Amino acid sequence: MRRTISFTLNGKPTRLAVDDERMLLWILRYDLGLTGTKYGCGEGLCGACTVVVDNETVRACSTPISEVAGKSMLTIEGLEHEGKLHAIQQAFLRHNAFQCGYCTSGMILSAYVLLQKASRPTTAEIIRHMDDNLCRCGSHTRIVEAIQEAAGSKERG
Amino acid sequence: MSAQDKWENEAIEVAGGKVSRREFFGLTGSGLFVFFWAGPGEFFQEPARLPGRPSYPEDFNAYLRIGAEGRVTCFVGKVELGQGAMTSLPMLLAEELDVALDSVDIVMGDTDLCPWDMGTFGSLSIRQFGPVLRKAGAEARGVLLQMAAERLNVPVDRLKVNAGVVTDSSTGKHVPYAELVQGKRIERHIGKVELKPVSSFVVHGKSPVRRDALEKVTGKARYAGDVRLPGMLNARILRPPAHGAVLKQVDTSAAEKVEGVRIVREGDLIAVLHEHRDVAERAKTLIKAEYDNPKVAVDDRTIFDHLLKNAPQPQVVDERGSLTEGEKLSAAIVEETYLNSYVAHAPMETHSATATIENEKVTVWAGTQTPFPVKQQLAEALQVAPEKVRVIVPYVGGGFGGKSASRQAIEAARLAKLTGKPVQVVWDRSEEFFFDTFRPAAVVKIRSGVDALGKLTFWDFKVFCAGDREAKQFYDIPHQRTVSAGGWFGENPAGLHPFAIGPWRAPSVNTNTFARESHIDILAGKAGMDPVEFRLKNLSDKRMRTVLQTAAHQFGWKPAQKQKRLGVGVSCAIYSGTYVATMAEVAVDERTGTVQVKRVVCVQDQGVTVNPDGSRQQMEGSIMMGLGYALAEEVRFRGREILDHNFDSYEIPRFSWLPRIETVLVDNPEVPASGCGEPPIVNMGAVLANAIYDAVGARLLQLPMTPARVKAALQRS
Ligand code: FES
Ligand code: FES
Repeated sequence: MRRTISFTLNGKPTRLAVDDERMLLWILRYDLGLTGTKYGCGEGLCGACTVVVDNETVRACSTPISEVAGKSMLTIEGLEHEGKLHAIQQAFLRHNAFQCGYCTSGMILSAYVLLQKASRPTTAEIIRHMDDNLCRCGSHTRIVEAIQEAAGSKERG
Repeated sequence: MSAQDKWENEAIEVAGGKVSRREFFGLTGSGLFVFFWAGPGEFFQEPARLPGRPSYPEDFNAYLRIGAEGRVTCFVGKVELGQGAMTSLPMLLAEELDVALDSVDIVMGDTDLCPWDMGTFGSLSIRQFGPVLRKAGAEARGVLLQMAAERLNVPVDRLKVNAGVVTDSSTGKHVPYAELVQGKRIERHIGKVELKPVSSFVVHGKSPVRRDALEKVTGKARYAGDVRLPGMLNARILRPPAHGAVLKQVDTSAAEKVEGVRIVREGDLIAVLHEHRDVAERAKTLIKAEYDNPKVAVDDRTIFDHLLKNAPQPQVVDERGSLTEGEKLSAAIVEETYLNSYVAHAPMETHSATATIENEKVTVWAGTQTPFPVKQQLAEALQVAPEKVRVIVPYVGGGFGGKSASRQAIEAARLAKLTGKPVQVVWDRSEEFFFDTFRPAAVVKIRSGVDALGKLTFWDFKVFCAGDREAKQFYDIPHQRTVSAGGWFGENPAGLHPFAIGPWRAPSVNTNTFARESHIDILAGKAGMDPVEFRLKNLSDKRMRTVLQTAAHQFGWKPAQKQKRLGVGVSCAIYSGTYVATMAEVAVDERTGTVQVKRVVCVQDQGVTVNPDGSRQQMEGSIMMGLGYALAEEVRFRGREILDHNFDSYEIPRFSWLPRIETVLVDNPEVPASGCGEPPIVNMGAVLANAIYDAVGARLLQLPMTPARVKAALQRS
């Protein structure tokens, strides 16, 4: 059904008149031009489309836009703050925690939610939390190290 | 402005006037290709057929440009798949040209701007293309020195270069490259020049920040499916249920009623287009189509017999001594058959392309490993001259050999032509599995022997359908023969494989190494020797001995260190001039058959190392990806229907599989830089099979070593 949906996107109030059954991923990528959120599987199986809604990870490919009405959403484009990279982005950069980079937005946002919830996650907790985010390039070991480093850094917001 | 835009309309002076950089390559690069094109559909059955070889341009101006402001731009036909070529190739140019690394920009994979290249695969970017780029840099440097000598009026041999500034060592007079060149093309050439000796390298061996880092951690990195053009439509294409299925009837009437949707049909190509991909997809589901399905009896269980029956005539790859003589020397003879399954590339980015046609010029942004071959295929498909086609490769979200075939680029361009609008094609995961050019399923039969002293006596190796790469033995064996029948490269009779096959990260070598190194372990057992000791006893190749001994040291390999259900394994291989030894520790749950890999040590000698951290990333990635084909990945199919559609049934490695990974690079300045992106993956099958055997005494002869197969092997043992 076509209706107007309001939510906060990367800190900005947003109103969209759309078919409310459409999946968030495509609205982000095509209607809003936010291409940092990626398509990998379309069925909630890979995590490439991970975004943050009210501080929880959400799979944008299988979440209808209606579900974010009235909520606050963060995509990779909104993570930098006043032109400064978030601590997790910095840690990914320092560790070269990516190769092709296609999984990276989802990885960073999943890690963001983890660090919101646990200030010093153990390696086992990191692995458990990240396990449904797939990376074909095999950047796993560096991603874990980057998250550990970001957890230890102060400027984490 | 990107480095790309900057040079787009750059004027290049050629005999008879000025042309743009695009036209320059139009002039020098056209008419050289001979391509095979069997029409859409069939072409992709054998994606590995390559054009009659054009070659890299001789003129160094094709590879570099020195701007008036002093920045250097490096042009390469290679693409950035994640392997880090964007970061390491400028290092080679900076090294030879003697300019600061951070003054070099790079333009990659744009067929209008970059010199011809066959494609980015086979760990060849550094090994094969590296010397070409270095030579360009060295010759340009030589010419610039001559120009500087004339300008400063001093002999060339008094000149030194540092960071792009030429200085006369006695007077201190100096002139920067930029001033000599003044933004123009360098007309003078001196032909052959010496490359720098390894001893004077200053850029090699550093690990600079990856050039793609900032864009990739901020989501700004653009892939082919991220291109947005005014009026662009998204296409979802009707697909058959199985390869070879023939469309009998189709009813698109319900789909046509969806607001804003366009349906286009040309021959077999039926596409639903809409501004938004998801709306096009929803309309596509309303199409009713009936197909005639071909009856093909083979499936993922019977495939091995099918391959043995239908493989082409074996060819001898290597032969010496006499197998019968070897048998006579043997105290024990072992004969085994090893099986390996079809596996998918499954890059996280599915095949994507965006095409537009303006003023008869076709421009396609494509996630491909082969922009130049794709350009030619596009010209054929659209019936236009090659110079009317431009392929631009933005970042590619993983390739592993699977994006050598780029059907999606043709689809997008055909649809752009049919609709008169820019068209984007982004395959869904099911299409990605369906059209993938799988690593071929294969069979290896080995019969070989060992004498009473633990020396290998003979080796009779037959590989079917994997290909002959690195099939040749490197252990010391007096009597041996290696034969190969069929492969991944297109040397197969029609119908051998039910669907397309092609190169998969280190083609042939995963299968050949799994078989060889498993068999060597079995022979070590027969000889009553430790697997490492046995290998060393039968190895005189110095580089191989070094990587193996280094691995044993790093791993802390101890003969027969038995702990319950924990096992250790070893595997050695040569790939593309790189030597690699891997050791692993695994835990096996005998009840469930599950294997958890605890630790992997990988030691590699790749000759000169350009970028150590980049190499390590590739090694770690190879190890992690290799866990997949070793333990879980196999494509399920019935006839020509692919049963895997997504990551629920086709499992790839994830965080919970992550072992402790240790990588060691053996410094070997004597050997030129060779590939590093593929070699470590080839050991993963055997190293785990050998470790599982060590842990629980069950010998796995088929990949992947799924829990069910581990349990079955336990029952047999
Ligand atoms: S695209 Fe959403 S989980 Fe894969
Ligand atoms: S970096 Fe390529 S998929 Fe993760």
